[in-house]
Amino acid sequence: MELIKDVLDIRRNFPALEQSVNGKPLVYFDNGATSQKPRSVIELVNRMNSGINGNIHRAVHELSARSTEIYENSREEIRKFINAGSREEIIFTSGTTASVNLVANSFSQAFIGKGDAVLITEGEHHSNIVPWQMACERQGAELRVLPIDDYGCWRMEQLDSLLIDGKVKIASVAHVSNVLGVVNPVSTLIEICHKAGVPVLLDGAQGIIHLNVDVQKLDCDFYVFSGHKLFGPTGIGILYGKKDFLNAIPPWMGGGDMVGRVSFEKTTYAELPLKFEAGTPNFIGAAGLGEAIRFINNIDSEFVKEHERQLVERMMNGLSSVGSLIIYGTSDSKVPLFSFNVPGIHPTDMAMLMDKMGIALRSGMMCSEPLMDHFGVSGMLRASLTIYNTLEEVDYFIESLQKAIRMLS
Amino acid sequence: MTIKEVEQQIIDEFSVFTDWLDKYEYLIELGKSLPLIDEKKKIDENLIRGCQSKVWLAADYVDGKIYFTADSDAIITKGIISLLIRVFSGRTPQEILDADLNFIKEIGLQDNLSPTRSNGLVSMIKQIKLYALAFSANK
Repeated sequence: MELIKDVLDIRRNFPALEQSVNGKPLVYFDNGATSQKPRSVIELVNRMNSGINGNIHRAVHELSARSTEIYENSREEIRKFINAGSREEIIFTSGTTASVNLVANSFSQAFIGKGDAVLITEGEHHSNIVPWQMACERQGAELRVLPIDDYGCWRMEQLDSLLIDGKVKIASVAHVSNVLGVVNPVSTLIEICHKAGVPVLLDGAQGIIHLNVDVQKLDCDFYVFSGHKLFGPTGIGILYGKKDFLNAIPPWMGGGDMVGRVSFEKTTYAELPLKFEAGTPNFIGAAGLGEAIRFINNIDSEFVKEHERQLVERMMNGLSSVGSLIIYGTSDSKVPLFSFNVPGIHPTDMAMLMDKMGIALRSGMMCSEPLMDHFGVSGMLRASLTIYNTLEEVDYFIESLQKAIRMLS
Repeated sequence: MTIKEVEQQIIDEFSVFTDWLDKYEYLIELGKSLPLIDEKKKIDENLIRGCQSKVWLAADYVDGKIYFTADSDAIITKGIISLLIRVFSGRTPQEILDADLNFIKEIGLQDNLSPTRSNGLVSMIKQIKLYALAFSANK
């Protein structure tokens, strides 16, 4: 099959992008929050609900066999997509947040004790702060924070001093910042952490859709992401973990499907990956995520790279041409995700007017209050683009932005 | 004028706008012309915190009527506040307690009042009613 190399050919697959809102064609620039779904994913989810709805791994009947096969094929599709070594390393969860919570709970039970520490950065999403804070409180451990500079980059020169006393047991950091769009130097961080014997979890919520993720090449110990930000359904996500770690940490939730043998005296747990998939998983969501990845695999990856580069360039030029704008996160290594403020204008006002012009943006703290504190603001405006967004949309966005600023000035 | 009559007046004013942006342009104007709140009243006790924007609301009870002053850090929110003050300020507690707020829906701004917007406006209306309740009990 020939690969898709044109943005309009990509767009054609997304029915949500064909609509108008408030009388204007929808310009969807809130992909950092969630992406729209291609027709193939919508259709598969419908087909699963209407004809292939049998609970997985349990029954011998035909529907169960078929849904189990689709579920496990999805796991394989995801394994290949991030180049994990084996299917046992791919755990289905409900999303990034659930994946981080799983590791924060299970890993801390096995490896974090009183006086130990967990390392995060100042640029994290609340989902990669709060679960660790809770784990630290429970275990009597300390949360350490690697600061960022005013460009949004990690202060890597401070890393050694945070690791030197050997108390840090795990580092959990974002691959790409959900506010700044900056691609963090994760390979360097992983190398330094590993030298200090510290495993690393990468929060890939924003990274997975923009970067080619190869977990073996990255050598991260855990990688987590959500399906709904990757053209898949909501309520499904992935925890990748190196097999040795997944075997070494206890299950988080107990229930059906995660057990070997159950008696009231002693229960043994199932092998990976089922050990971490208690209860009926979102197998229809998992099927949809597998289909989303098949959709992505049908797009020429060189085209994606070049198109995203053009989107970043056009957005940066456009935003820079609007006088007095403050752009947060201006590192060279950036995905098409931009947060900014217009001095004297509340981001919510901007977002409301832009909505009336058909443009979907995010405003507020973006679940990253410490990062807002760093920049001394109570909110920002964010435009996050993906492969189905066009350069023409960027131009319309910049025009509309100028109009909104005129109205609010 | 009764509360109902003021609400109808606002509905009539908004009925001339066919474009969303014109409607918001008007709200921005209203926001800009909202009388400034006494800085001494912009304290934490009067702050209604929303996820997106902040609202300050103060109430004075004079001769059986409640007078509201308010402010917000977001100008469109301020515009909507100015409408609410126009409807509610200078009314007796009973009038406020009896009022419905259908005009918000009539002029198409109900989205701004849905709890999911969490911009402080829903809490502001609740707070206005609570003031009315408190003052009516203290009569």
